[in-house]
Amino acid sequence: MKIINQSLSALALTLASSTLLAQELSITLTNLTQGLHFTPIITAAHTNESNMFMVGNAATAELQAMAEGGDISGLASVLMNSDANISENPASGLLAPGMSTSYTLSTDTTNSYLSLAAMILPSNDGFVGASNWMIPETAGTYTVYLNAYDAGTEANNEIINGGGAPGVLGIPAAPSGGSGTGGTGITDTEANTLIHIHRGTIGDDNTDGGKSDLNNSIHRWLNPVAKLTITIQ
Amino acid sequence: MLTFLSQTNSSKQNTSASFKKVLSIGLCAIALSACNDDNDDDTMVITPPPAPAEYSYTVMVTNLTYAQPLSPIAVVLHGDNKMWTTGEAASVALENLAEGGDNSDFIADSNVLASSSGDGVLLPSMTSTITITTTDRLATNLTIATMLVNTNDAFSGLTGVDISSMAIDEQKSWNLNVYDAGTELNSESVGTIPGPADGGTGFDITRDDVNFVAYHSGVVSQDDGLSSSVLTQAHRFDNPAIKLTITRTE
Repeated sequence: MKIINQSLSALALTLASSTLLAQELSITLTNLTQGLHFTPIITAAHTNESNMFMVGNAATAELQAMAEGGDISGLASVLMNSDANISENPASGLLAPGMSTSYTLSTDTTNSYLSLAAMILPSNDGFVGASNWMIPETAGTYTVYLNAYDAGTEANNEIINGGGAPGVLGIPAAPSGGSGTGGTGITDTEANTLIHIHRGTIGDDNTDGGKSDLNNSIHRWLNPVAKLTITIQ
Repeated sequence: MLTFLSQTNSSKQNTSASFKKVLSIGLCAIALSACNDDNDDDTMVITPPPAPAEYSYTVMVTNLTYAQPLSPIAVVLHGDNKMWTTGEAASVALENLAEGGDNSDFIADSNVLASSSGDGVLLPSMTSTITITTTDRLATNLTIATMLVNTNDAFSGLTGVDISSMAIDEQKSWNLNVYDAGTELNSESVGTIPGPADGGTGFDITRDDVNFVAYHSGVVSQDDGLSSSVLTQAHRFDNPAIKLTITRTE
């Protein structure tokens, strides 16, 4: 009887501690813009060392693939290899302007930082991101406003030519419409090759020429571009 | 404003009615049998109801922009609801405020329990102080809204913030971003902007834009590549556009 009691209390202790240590996050991401789409979103809870991106650092090849073409598979495998908890593509494709997507993420004890990334369309290598947000231990609902970053891997020429593969200059698509063709290109250099806050899109009011294929009344933005709401149970 | 006034009046009526009852009971006591015809129920009501608790707030709004006057600021208290939501269509009352700067329908919304309005246009770098008072315990949430008048349909504000737990003298501050009502195309063209930059039309019931509220992407202006724009570099803005401070005073 004594032995049973002891093992029961040991079991209870194990259960209690595992509940205390792992966290269950309910997450909602809202696209705050009226004219930009987000490509598939990747969210990860990870250690302080295995971050997704850091402002002032060069983008990894995997981040570049996400920022230039919306491909999150590389980021997912790198994060999984470092035992991160990840959520991939909760919106099942593009998250349209003004729309929200809600999903859950169960985190392991050691993964106490949250990061998120998704490419902004149309842009050359712009992405919405959160980097190393420390997950609070206290239950509650937390709101974080997210800015647009530039991966620093591609010149912001603002030409829509379907170019989404890493290293291929150009913008894959402008799903919200309003874009033009025949632009001569805003710039062909990217002097700052480190991750930085995006300086924004220029665009123009010329749909069959000008410098940019983007529309200056539709495809610009002001930060923040997204709202992240995290509820910790 | 009207809602609040009528509430104040009705609570005053209640107080004076109770006072009369107490007075008549007192007179009965003096006149003794002379009050036999009086309603028996009156003898049961001796203590007047306690005066309802009053909630007063001072709202300070500072216009942080360079050249975007703000339309009269709507300050309202209501229950647990939002007066706009990102991704959803604006109400016609909000469209009126965001396109024309007219907050009268907005503050008369059926959900509103108390309301107040700024006196007039709030010029750049100026601060306006607005007070709002209610005795309604259900008036737990704050909404404020104002138009950036040199735009097609830009507004700033916040909606559905629970302030019911604020203690007296407690203060809260926010820097507020700019929304686009999504009800009017950002053409920036002559005749479409009600502010001094144009003097054009304000509210127009036609919805020729995306028809959902989201954050504004900023005005482009004729100086930055929108040749048909009546706006200049001076009318450009960035987030935040407003500093808001609320203090509970009672």
